[in-house]
Amino acid sequence: MVKEYKTSKEISGPLLLVESVSNIKYEELVEIELQNGEVRRGQVLEVEDDRALIQIFEGASGLNLPEAKIRFQGKGIEIALSPDMLGRVFDGQGRPMDNGGEIIPEEKRDINGAPINPFVRNYPSEFIQTGISSIDGLNTLVRGQKLPIFSGSGLPHAQLAAQIARQAKVLGKHEDFAVVFAAMGITYEEAEYFISNFKKTGAIERAALFINLADDPAIERIAIPRMALTTAEYLAFEKGLHVLVILTDMTNYCEALREISAARKEVPGRRGYPGYLYTDLSNIYERAGRIKGKEGSITQIPILTMPEDDKTHPIPDLTGYITEGQIILARPLLKKGIYPPVDVQASLSRLKDKGIGEGRTREDHANVFNQLFAMYAQGLEAKELAVILGEGALSEDDRKYLAFADDFEKYYINQGDNEDRDIFYTLNLGWKLLKRFEKSELKRIKDEFIEKYYDSEDVNNLKLGSSEFIQSV
Amino acid sequence: MSKKEVKGRIKKVAGPLVVASEMGNANMFDVVKVGHLKLIGEIIEIHGDEAFIQVYEETGGIGPGEEVISTQAPLSVELGPGLISTIYDGIQRPLKKISEISGNYISRGIDIPGLDRDKKWDFKASVKKGDKVSQGDTLGTVEENDNITLKIMVPPGIKNAEIISIKSGKFTVDQVIGSFKYGDKTKEFTMIQKWPVRKNRPYKNKKPPIAQLVSGQRVIDAFFPLAKGGTACVPGPFGSGKTVIQHQLAKWADADIIVYVGCGERGNEMTDVLNELPELIDPRTGKSLMERTILIANTSNMPVAAREASIFTGITIAEYYRDMGYNIALMADSTSRWAEALREISGRLEEMPGEEGYPAYLASRVASFYERAGYVDCLASEEREGSISVIGAVSPPGGDLSDPVVQATLRVVKVFWSLESSLAYRRHFPAISWLNSYSLYYDNVQDEVEAKEGKEWTSMRREALKILQIEDELLEIVRLVGLESLSQSDRLILFISKIIREDFLHQNAFSDIDSYTSFKKMFKMLDVILYFMKKGTMAIENKIKVEEIAKVPAVEKVARMKLVSEKELKKIDDIKSELDKEIENILDKVEE
Repeated sequence: MVKEYKTSKEISGPLLLVESVSNIKYEELVEIELQNGEVRRGQVLEVEDDRALIQIFEGASGLNLPEAKIRFQGKGIEIALSPDMLGRVFDGQGRPMDNGGEIIPEEKRDINGAPINPFVRNYPSEFIQTGISSIDGLNTLVRGQKLPIFSGSGLPHAQLAAQIARQAKVLGKHEDFAVVFAAMGITYEEAEYFISNFKKTGAIERAALFINLADDPAIERIAIPRMALTTAEYLAFEKGLHVLVILTDMTNYCEALREISAARKEVPGRRGYPGYLYTDLSNIYERAGRIKGKEGSITQIPILTMPEDDKTHPIPDLTGYITEGQIILARPLLKKGIYPPVDVQASLSRLKDKGIGEGRTREDHANVFNQLFAMYAQGLEAKELAVILGEGALSEDDRKYLAFADDFEKYYINQGDNEDRDIFYTLNLGWKLLKRFEKSELKRIKDEFIEKYYDSEDVNNLKLGSSEFIQSV
Repeated sequence: MSKKEVKGRIKKVAGPLVVASEMGNANMFDVVKVGHLKLIGEIIEIHGDEAFIQVYEETGGIGPGEEVISTQAPLSVELGPGLISTIYDGIQRPLKKISEISGNYISRGIDIPGLDRDKKWDFKASVKKGDKVSQGDTLGTVEENDNITLKIMVPPGIKNAEIISIKSGKFTVDQVIGSFKYGDKTKEFTMIQKWPVRKNRPYKNKKPPIAQLVSGQRVIDAFFPLAKGGTACVPGPFGSGKTVIQHQLAKWADADIIVYVGCGERGNEMTDVLNELPELIDPRTGKSLMERTILIANTSNMPVAAREASIFTGITIAEYYRDMGYNIALMADSTSRWAEALREISGRLEEMPGEEGYPAYLASRVASFYERAGYVDCLASEEREGSISVIGAVSPPGGDLSDPVVQATLRVVKVFWSLESSLAYRRHFPAISWLNSYSLYYDNVQDEVEAKEGKEWTSMRREALKILQIEDELLEIVRLVGLESLSQSDRLILFISKIIREDFLHQNAFSDIDSYTSFKKMFKMLDVILYFMKKGTMAIENKIKVEEIAKVPAVEKVARMKLVSEKELKKIDDIKSELDKEIENILDKVEE
């Protein structure tokens, strides 16, 4: 039997203090019935003797202290799970918000999950082809990885994430990805972009969407990624699906966390974010991976906007310390009209090395990657020199590198947002661009690969669609 | 001797902090079982009859009124056979056993001993009835695996004991293997010692380190060496390769035993270590590297209080092996996460914060951890020496070295490997800056290194460092006025320093051959490069241009030195004579 209390004593921000309660557990789910019959949900943040501090998910507006009826549920926040969740849209509390009716649950799980035992983890090494050269070729994504997109306001991160969700597949296999999408405090338009994108391509059939918009209660954003990830864990490790989880925008999530921390009058850490931000974020990001003996996997692509494009801001900083690399979008590239504007030098995939090479992508992948990277770095250095000393001061070599860097951005990084390049095309494209250099200049590539690919038919026949480039080769 | 049971009731729950009342009889730092789930916690403050408890597991579902029972012992680890090759969580629970009990996820309230109770070990007594023994003396040995012989020692604090009985044979860790009498007390002993993690294990005396810990990483071994018994710190922003360096050291450092503490880091990284180590072969013993490694994994999503304990668990295990006379290297990745755990708990205790919200005692905690490293005379009647080297990674926000954890660490450690993102962007790995890093151990280990590797090493090392230093100044000039303004000899320095950077300091951790370089090979490599410098200087004096020198075919050979296997080191020596010939050729051409 659930006891009902009308002993609320204090409200501050989203926090409610209830007195004279008994048998209350930490992190217990609470229902708050307002004087007008509206029911809101909350969670116990702290209990001391007979007092409980509750955070209310929908906020406290309109709540009347003596009238509010508080009912403690005797359990944590749970989500009802079923394979039928695919193709559905849910609100910030996991309730269906499309017209598809209630979900009939197979089981219920606490949304906080439990840490995966490191001993049973399987090291991610299965290459995912996203069809995007700057990711597949240079910052390779593998199944079970958590690879965030660090973006800024006005950059096309949504477009990129949607493209990945649409195109992602594993070489030589026809397995479908399920997509779990959690929107935290994004605008209606942005959410609509994802939904209509998924609808257009039919991906919506394989997707479960959790939506909290910018004008929905901020506090809901704390629970939403956890619900999404609980769903993903269920689909991956119970139902054997390969799940891609997109979380956007983590910056809004962190701000919600800061809001609660401030309301609780906690000692703030950097920039007012709570000292436990790292631990809290890791509880989200670490719920990606593979488990020995389980078919499915969880691959995470969190998106966050860096305030002022500052990578050292606590949110991208702490995220980078937890995730296995990062894709960084750069404004200067966008201004040059390059999509996706991936800053290749600052981006990184930590799990790349075990996901590429013979049997995974192609034998020459690592070598080509290193060579392209080295040449591009030289080109950017030459560019910097040209800015200071003028192009006249460049040596012939420098000019060659400079031209390479431009082509590299124009043809390799740049691609259409519907262009799905397979990995072999991406690799051959790399070779094509490297043909600007003599064979002997390709020091990072093994001789056998140069023999095999430098003059191969595939590379020679590859058209870049620009007469200007063909001439320069 | 039965103690009175100490039992209290939960009063307050706030995250990992639980306050219990009616705990007046409890001792500070006692381990307690909290609530109906029997979560493991530790008393960290006592006010009157209220005890403040940090709980090592998530506290959801626990509430006021539930029971708290004290175990009346501080947080301890079990020391004995079976530690090697095991992977533990932050409070020494074997993760493999946890997975057998609770499946893929770590559930709460699991209480399993650190050492396997079923496995039998072959104990060989080395003392006999009537022998007198004191603390640290060997009672007998157990072959823990092919590499490690474990000494079963008299626990610290026992002096002049007389052996009453002792037997060799196969025993489990908790079976009695003998007894001794000291004073008027008789005590039975097993192979286990229990030791509180927050208390240093005693030793006779500490000595300054004298031997180099060879890591197989050229930039470290050549320029910024670590001594056996020394301390080092690796700060750097994310993506600069801290973890790779820690992994490389765990794989190749010439310590007898490695304790690797993954403290608040990624789960997949621990999996990587777990998968890789068993397959790698120790170049010195020819055995799998896992056979000398103990892993402690408290990943970032595991409970924060256990993270705080994890580095103490690690160092206590290290001290145990040190007491047997082994050299241990302990890696802690990352101490920033440990400091954050301290901060989180301090915040919950509502303590007055110091810098950046860290507690005011941060620096003293950091110092007391690193001070447990060292080169010591072990506690035993016989002569016995052991060492613990500690390498701590630090992850400062945004790579900013003014971070309190970095500053507190730099005050105590003697080696600083500064990782820089600019190097990482250029994919120069290990991204250890040769300009900002330092090691204060070279003077300590100089004698030993010179005796082992050759007298010339000290001056070679100094010269190479000097070339890099001058390069930095020259590049500044080039940036301002262009390359043309430099003299030929300056350009030669730029040419040689580039070779040092790209062909010597740059090392590929993922290449089978390049991953580890012996001191001998490193010596030869640097020797060839400096010989090149000498020859080049001579050529310039004969009016040869640097461009000409840079074209000699031997340059290619120099670049591939790192890929010469340890068995074919003569190939590196041969480069010198090739250089002689090729430079001679240029000189001849000029004379014509």
